[in-house]
Amino acid sequence: MGRMTAAPPPLPTVDPVIVPSPTEDVTGDVPWQAIVWNDPVNLMSYVTYVLQKLFGYPEPQATALMLDVHHKGKAAVSSGDKEKVEGDVAKLHAAGLWATMQKA
Amino acid sequence: MNGWKRAGRGGRRRLVATLDAQEAAVLRGLVDEVRRMLDARSAEQPRDELAEITGLDTGPSTRPDDPVLARLLPDFATDDADLSGALRSLHEPELIAAKEAAAAVVLETLPGAGGRIELTPDQADAWLAALNDVRLALGTALDVNEDMPDELPPDDPRAGHLGVYHWLTYVQDGLVQSRMALL
Repeated sequence: MGRMTAAPPPLPTVDPVIVPSPTEDVTGDVPWQAIVWNDPVNLMSYVTYVLQKLFGYPEPQATALMLDVHHKGKAAVSSGDKEKVEGDVAKLHAAGLWATMQKA
Repeated sequence: MNGWKRAGRGGRRRLVATLDAQEAAVLRGLVDEVRRMLDARSAEQPRDELAEITGLDTGPSTRPDDPVLARLLPDFATDDADLSGALRSLHEPELIAAKEAAAAVVLETLPGAGGRIELTPDQADAWLAALNDVRLALGTALDVNEDMPDELPPDDPRAGHLGVYHWLTYVQDGLVQSRMALL
């Protein structure tokens, strides 16, 4: 993921006690997932903002998901039935994130 | 460009910055260029009679050959070509429309000769999306990677454009930080 070149923006500290693992939290036992993939252009700050704005996630959860994307290469950011996830992926594309959908 | 500041309160909150004439011209040119690429993609797909009657556009089912357009209009699935093609056909027209709408907000709110920009939170969101599209386009064309240096050797043909890319990164990151503070 892209960073500021001069000084990377400080990332909020994520408290593991209050932030459930994104994998457990966002992707329950449901048929489809929206996946966001790491790419070298999208800013860490922007990805966090988009996840807050589109899905209403609190900042610590959005930041944890963004860091999953950054460090693991991808993260499931939403889940649900096919139509819902299809709409989520369309919104992520409109925001410029590299997103796909797959069966959970 | 000296960073974004917050102004106003409540329903009159604004995000404010000043661009000089050259910065405004560069940004306008790039946003317009992306819009033209998207227009050209739309024009490849003729509207059929059914679309004329129903008003529902369907887009192409195949990914653009051009790597910049392919990044702006990504596939819906990596492991299911049929699904990906069907969803592209269904969603691509609205995706292009959303990107063109965001670009239009930038072009409307950017003073022609540079100067003060004052954005509502919704306009700031459109700016963020359009700035991101321009960075995706430029980043793809320059083959930007995570280890990209701040500057390339002067004899590298990408050197000048990389400076523009880094400037856009600065503008977008500042706007994200200011916009997040309004959530």
